[in-house]
Amino acid sequence: MAILIDESTRIIVQGFTGKIGTFHAQDMINYGSNIVGGVTPGKGGQQHLGRPVFNTVKEAVQQVGANASIVFVPPAFAADSIMEAADAGIKYCVAITDGIPTQDMMTVKNFLRRFPIEERMVLTGPNCAGTISPGRAMLGIMPGHIYMAGDVGVVGRSGTLGYEAADQMRTLGIGISTSVGIGGDPIIGSSHRDILERFQEDPETKVVVMIGEIGGPQEVEAGIFSRDHMSKPLVAYIAGLTAPEGRRMGHAGAIISAAGESAAEKVAILKELGVTISPTPSAIGETVAKVLAKM
Amino acid sequence: MRYGVRTAEGGLAYTIEESVQRAREIDGNVWVVKAQIHSGGRGKAGGIKVCRTHDEVRAAAEELLGKILVTRQTGAVGKVCTRVYVEAGTHIAREMYLCFLIDRSSERIVMIGSGQGGMEIEELAHTNPQAIKKIFIEPAVGLQDFQAREMAFALGVEAAQLPHAVKTIRGCYRALRDLDASMVEINPLVVTGSGELIALDAKMSFDENALFRRHEVAELRDKTQADPREVAASDHGLSYIGLNGDIGCMINGAGLAMATMDMIKLAGGEPANFLDVGGGASAERTEKAFRLVLADKGVKAMLVNIFAGINRCDWIAQGVVQAVRNIDMKIPLVVRLSGTNVEEGQRIIAESGLPIITAGTLAEAAEKVVQARNGAVAEECKGI
Repeated sequence: MAILIDESTRIIVQGFTGKIGTFHAQDMINYGSNIVGGVTPGKGGQQHLGRPVFNTVKEAVQQVGANASIVFVPPAFAADSIMEAADAGIKYCVAITDGIPTQDMMTVKNFLRRFPIEERMVLTGPNCAGTISPGRAMLGIMPGHIYMAGDVGVVGRSGTLGYEAADQMRTLGIGISTSVGIGGDPIIGSSHRDILERFQEDPETKVVVMIGEIGGPQEVEAGIFSRDHMSKPLVAYIAGLTAPEGRRMGHAGAIISAAGESAAEKVAILKELGVTISPTPSAIGETVAKVLAKM
Repeated sequence: MRYGVRTAEGGLAYTIEESVQRAREIDGNVWVVKAQIHSGGRGKAGGIKVCRTHDEVRAAAEELLGKILVTRQTGAVGKVCTRVYVEAGTHIAREMYLCFLIDRSSERIVMIGSGQGGMEIEELAHTNPQAIKKIFIEPAVGLQDFQAREMAFALGVEAAQLPHAVKTIRGCYRALRDLDASMVEINPLVVTGSGELIALDAKMSFDENALFRRHEVAELRDKTQADPREVAASDHGLSYIGLNGDIGCMINGAGLAMATMDMIKLAGGEPANFLDVGGGASAERTEKAFRLVLADKGVKAMLVNIFAGINRCDWIAQGVVQAVRNIDMKIPLVVRLSGTNVEEGQRIIAESGLPIITAGTLAEAAEKVVQARNGAVAEECKGI
């Protein structure tokens, strides 16, 4: 079953005909994702990569039954594209774009909250690598071949560190149900906790791995959720043990600005909440293997 | 006085003469000379000087301009003061604290205030949390007058000052919104002896992702205040973070970079910097990145750690080989490649005949680069 996406998901690409959109759309098609078309305003009616191009997301929903989208639109216009997808009735949207202004994301989140929860679009990202349910569908920019299908759910902020974890797990013969990149920005569509809720309900996921980093309260909130509401074991690694306070470490959201936001503090709190900690980034695979062996 | 927030009369000065001229332009007999550095904690570090004569203003400017100020926020290296602000001295009757910031948890703007200003708000949060008022603002609706009044009363503003206090509070909110700031902090906001409300000092942080549409903010950036290595990197569209160790790092992706630094530290090393080459790194971009990492003369060994998704290991490998040849690298280099086209990448490195140390995993890469660094330092010691 996996979470968020599978082989039946009908995907459109927003920013379809641009260079980046084209490259990754082709990559997703090659992986086997069900890409049913794309949106580039003003290019409606054309064909691109053998798929129809639409002027608006609404047209794509009406004409090809799209229910998921991936956004490659440049930062200045990306918030608008995400809101267009939500308004058109898209159920799940991945925003890949890096560099969206924080106040734009505040507007997006506010816009999404206007929909009743059962009709509200699920957003992951921005500034993420996307989501993959190995062997079923890829809605992202990751190297699909490093992900083996299996029963471990992965949620993380970082793209390449997620690849690192997937690769370590594959080397040990551990597969993944779904891997979700939630993105490195201060305000993002879904939190670690939101994704944990989905993994808890997914019968195919047995263990969940959370890859967090410095800054923000999200990892701790996820830890509290896991203690109170999860029957499945949670493994976590927090990047940035060596990050100096007050410095933005590459990701816009990776800045220690309050108490409890450093990696060491997060690790201590998570341990107390009963989360299994991977002490180093190169021990993620073996830590998961140990937890699986105990089950 | 922009956004309706009153400040003390004053102006910017780049030289000693200019500082004295600014003081002459301002009526009164007390002036304050303030070091303009991108950091808090200036007062305690001697960056703010109260002067009673023009000669004292001259002496203060002479002492501050060109001087390196070390505050508790700058780190040991400190920041050079290239400009000062000269303003009229204010008779302070009471100090308050007011701050607006984007709250990540609620995804709203939060307004924080306290009638007990002048001291560290973090300290106050510990010792007397009741003295801090927090009001959340719905971004779609914006700050309402009743909220501004609620804050003004919490700050202890008297009825006669209420309209101006509301105007000041609204002005700060508008500044945060209009300039894409992530924080606006007025500390202290003061009531003067004559009952006026003045922002005596302010600090703002801006969202770098929004600078493309806030040119007036982008122009304010004083490049002398930033790490010159970070400025050079951003001029090339690369992201660079300068640190205090001696192992240079070129990595793709911020999360992997932080994880790699953690591994270096666990292996007993200290990163000098990390440079994120990002996605789609060509051979040219890779060489540029190499030059930036090595521009730091304190770098004793270098690590390249790439997990290629959008990137391709063969392109990175070509870039690495080209960079090592063109730069005539003298320090040890460890390369770890993984992901897309990894076999081809490893073949290019192996066939180059260059003395590049390769590693298969993240742990191995960190251990090898720390060993190489220790070896290089030992050699240096022998040389002396």
